[in-house]
Amino acid sequence: MSDFNIPKFRLPGFVAGIGEKLPQWPHGLALVAGLNAALKMKLLPESELTALDGKLFRVQVRDTGGTAHFTFSGGLFRPVFRPEREPDLAFAANLSAYLQLLTRQEDPDTLFFNRELEITGDTELGLIVKNMLDAVEWPKLPRLPLPSR
Amino acid sequence: MPSLPDLVCPAGSLPALKAAVDNGADAVYLGYKNDTNARNFAGLNFDQKTMAEGIRYAHSKGREVLLAINTFAQAGRVADWQKAVDGAVDQGVDAIILADVGLLDYACRRHPQQRLHLSVQGSATSYEAINFCQREFGIQRAVLPRVLTLAQVEHVIKNTSVEIEVFGFGSLCVMNEGRCWLSSYACGESPNTVGACSPAKYVKWDKQPGAMETRLNGILIDRFADNEPAGYPTLCKGRFEVQGETYYALEEPTSLNVLSILPEIIKIGVRAIKVEGRQRSPTYVAQVTRNLRAALDSLRDGSERFHVKPAWQAELSKVSEGSQATLGAYNRPWR
Repeated sequence: MSDFNIPKFRLPGFVAGIGEKLPQWPHGLALVAGLNAALKMKLLPESELTALDGKLFRVQVRDTGGTAHFTFSGGLFRPVFRPEREPDLAFAANLSAYLQLLTRQEDPDTLFFNRELEITGDTELGLIVKNMLDAVEWPKLPRLPLPSR
Repeated sequence: MPSLPDLVCPAGSLPALKAAVDNGADAVYLGYKNDTNARNFAGLNFDQKTMAEGIRYAHSKGREVLLAINTFAQAGRVADWQKAVDGAVDQGVDAIILADVGLLDYACRRHPQQRLHLSVQGSATSYEAINFCQREFGIQRAVLPRVLTLAQVEHVIKNTSVEIEVFGFGSLCVMNEGRCWLSSYACGESPNTVGACSPAKYVKWDKQPGAMETRLNGILIDRFADNEPAGYPTLCKGRFEVQGETYYALEEPTSLNVLSILPEIIKIGVRAIKVEGRQRSPTYVAQVTRNLRAALDSLRDGSERFHVKPAWQAELSKVSEGSQATLGAYNRPWR
């Protein structure tokens, strides 16, 4: 268990207002780099990855106004800067919900029930992605030498 | 005071299994990646390799692994289910949870040493049914469907030597367990046939201005306003128009939570308490296991001073479907 808890928060409205006007490629690249790093470490199961082939995904962070599109093809995640169609699967949530998901502090179904996470598009694809990420055994991060409480 | 019941927790993946073990489950239950188990959802469950690793992990910490083969063998494919039973025995699971009497018969003849549990999907609500399965198939434990009052559970326990397992936490449905075909009515597939209720490929969540609509194979199940809690997209939890009124005509999206009646459950001699949710993430498994473990441990020295800590209740309420919890049938006046 981590000692650090990410609280539920929502950034003020003007942040999204600014965020929407900024270029959308930096977080798209960061997200794709992270996913590819997981691929490289063979953390993602190959049997499920085939279901992702050629699919277009959209991840939208509501309160920062950030949106990233990406696809999976040729064994790699690739950013898509000018999507020409509706995504096959789209997630929308506030930044805090994504952080809670990534750190395994909250369960995606909990966030969905509480309407903090929105999933639209191909529901089965969504379930595959959710279960694939749930099944990843993330390497244990070295503990920071924080003073004990 | 009888000894504490086992805490039996769900594992849809290896990290979930480890979360259950690390947070105090006495046993975990899991299934294969196919339609021999009733949580046959895309990306979930175990293959031989991950199962072997899971069993190794649980056994190294002194916990049990129960394997659910809890769907009904389909015509022409009985061998697939028998193979699953043989595989489970080879892998060295502590018990196999079965629902199909044909398969129970196969398992007890072929593997007489293997411990067998009767699944909730076996739909045995009376001690006569349970004793029949003990006599014919040698079952050592039965999981009761979630339709009995506490008094009825006690009545069953008093009249059988089979261990009794009850549900303690998790999503509720219409609870016609092992006999429900509502999902098939909407999309032609149900837990009994393909191992999944309301399979995801038939589910559509449509975002509309100010609302979200849920459809199952085109049938409108529910419409949630923007801040209204949502539930799983099953027919039994839909809001329908009945005689001019629109409401949850079958069942509200809700979760079972027996925290407040734990002392009574222990007193009547329940042998194991089961947590629902193999479809949920490792986070949910950790949260629920941790809180139920703490509650059970607080009862180790007797129930006189048992009180439900607000922190347990708060975390369990948060992860509940529909964000509300009930005692289900346990405290209903009807029989």
